[in-house]
Amino acid sequence: MNKDKRLAYWRANLRLVGLCLVIWFVCSFGFGVLFVEQLNSIRFAGFKLGFWFAQQGSIYIFVLLIFFYAWRMNRIDIEHDVHED
Amino acid sequence: MSLQALTFIVVGSSFALYIGIAIWSRAHTTGDFYIAGRSVSPLANGMATAADWMSAASFISMAGLIAFLGYDGSVYLMGWTGGYVLLALLLAPYLRKFGKFTVPEFIGERYYSKTARIVAVICLIFISFTYVAGQMRGVGIVFSRFLEVPVTWGLVIGMTVVFVYAVLGGMKGITYTQVAQYCVLIFAYTVPAIFIAIQITSNPIPQLAFGSEIVGSGTALLDKLDDIVTSLGFHEYTSGTKSRIDVFCITMALMVGTAGLPHVIVRFFTVPKVRDARISAGYALLFIAILYTTAPAVGSMARYNLINTIQIGEVGAPDGNLAYDERPDWFNTWERTGLVKFDDKNGDGRVQYYDDTNPSFAAKAAQYGWQGNELSVDRDIMVLANPEIAGLPNWVIALVAAGGIAAALSTAAGLLLVISAAVSHDLIKGIFIPNISEKNELRAGRIAAAFAVLVAGYLGFDPPGWVAQVVAFAFGLAAASLFPVILLGIFFKRVNREGAIAGMLTGLLFTYGYIEFFKGLFLKWAGAPWGVNTADHWFLGISPEGIGVIGMSLNFIVAISVSFMTSPPPERIQHMVEQIRVPRHMDIQQ
Repeated sequence: MNKDKRLAYWRANLRLVGLCLVIWFVCSFGFGVLFVEQLNSIRFAGFKLGFWFAQQGSIYIFVLLIFFYAWRMNRIDIEHDVHED
Repeated sequence: MSLQALTFIVVGSSFALYIGIAIWSRAHTTGDFYIAGRSVSPLANGMATAADWMSAASFISMAGLIAFLGYDGSVYLMGWTGGYVLLALLLAPYLRKFGKFTVPEFIGERYYSKTARIVAVICLIFISFTYVAGQMRGVGIVFSRFLEVPVTWGLVIGMTVVFVYAVLGGMKGITYTQVAQYCVLIFAYTVPAIFIAIQITSNPIPQLAFGSEIVGSGTALLDKLDDIVTSLGFHEYTSGTKSRIDVFCITMALMVGTAGLPHVIVRFFTVPKVRDARISAGYALLFIAILYTTAPAVGSMARYNLINTIQIGEVGAPDGNLAYDERPDWFNTWERTGLVKFDDKNGDGRVQYYDDTNPSFAAKAAQYGWQGNELSVDRDIMVLANPEIAGLPNWVIALVAAGGIAAALSTAAGLLLVISAAVSHDLIKGIFIPNISEKNELRAGRIAAAFAVLVAGYLGFDPPGWVAQVVAFAFGLAAASLFPVILLGIFFKRVNREGAIAGMLTGLLFTYGYIEFFKGLFLKWAGAPWGVNTADHWFLGISPEGIGVIGMSLNFIVAISVSFMTSPPPERIQHMVEQIRVPRHMDIQQ
């Protein structure tokens, strides 16, 4: 495997990881901590929205995020022909 | 049948199950012993990881902690789940590709240094022992409350069970017992939560009940809760008292610490493939999330139930509070354990529960004729007493006991295993006797595990005063020492031996020093803690619980700067990094 191919694969990987980490940060630290008061003025299914993100929503998003990453990464492996047999 | 007999039967059969599994899956090779022969399916590994991760603290203490902290309790919810995202995206697949046995082994090989490996072993042993002491204590407490045997006996029984399946079965044995333990603990956690959710809101799903209206009142549970806690002088349930920066740092330290905990990382060495490691992290977090999204619901409902029991009428009215003579049975039972205490300060024979540390509520309390808070409730009983408070049948209570023990034992076993692997594989084989035979290494692993069980039992029996404080330390340490060097080892080829060692030591010493300064750990004889542990004195307003974030940042900065000032890692190391970045085995060309 030559250097260019390796680099292309690694860049695709980093882009995906970067995207997922931005979502991870925004949904937990953003909605649950930094902007919690602003969001608390919005009601969502009986909850204050900021509080809901801090105690429920962020956790659901974390779970979805890992499944999304695993699915997308397996595709990237195949596209770059580096997947396991 | 009496509750005690029923509990004996339920707990006893769960033990028989664990030991049966251990005998069926005992280890024959070092590969079996350290990483279950790399043959665990991603789904089973997800369950085992969830049980490994969710300790006595998650099962017994967390909901109670949240019940009293309200919004501030979110740091634990986000912190102890968000770390799995970091683990899945940044560490697990690459460490699986590396394909060896332990975390210090990766650090030692990637940084071509025995010193780095030894530093990693020291961090690992410290982190793991602090943790395991708490687990053993948890087993003892559950035994003494539900089976009415002394804490010491509970401890001995718990140690024996762990001893049998960790020493005999190694990683293979604990993996399959953890799968069983997960099923026991999650069932035991959710069943009472569902019953209570139905009682309070008529919605059977705790995650939704938490936002629903209280039966017959037309007010949402959380609004009602905010209302009643503030009328008793407590801070509003849905908002916090900690500063923004502190909440941020504690959450981050717990997340990064989670991703850096060796007993969690090593679970991802046990699956057959790189892609299994990725999906397995997803399953693990899914199984963890079932408990972690139920816990805040349980917390809020438990707080509501508790206040409702005590504050039976209007706040401040002469007959607004529960008369002590009319207290319910569960109050009585838990009073006997000393975990619920009543002290009739104003001598009116009624129980007053309010925030007597709140100066702006003091005038009102005086006007009501209250002379201080009269009820103290240990937060740990919130989950354990929940079934009794809700009047659930005895089999549910017995199940909760078995669940608490399962949570504690599964975590203890995982920790003991990484300790024994660090001793037999990293120290004995890696450093002192490199040409030890496999048979002898396996024997050394078993002896180390047996020895670790004894030390853990001793720590649980006679916990040094600092056990409770060091949990924060364990996370801070994992965040500040192990996580950065593993991450850099994968994502930054230029980082070398000198950088890694300097980085780990900086993160370690800074974090340890800060916690010692404000909380006191080992240097109490020399006058520690020296600092006043309040927000005005903290560095940037960051509490010792959250300081791991600064330690981690220092580790990154030092590791990278020192690396650029010294020579780059040898070519074979750079190839190794290229190799772990791709799932398939590759012929690396320049």
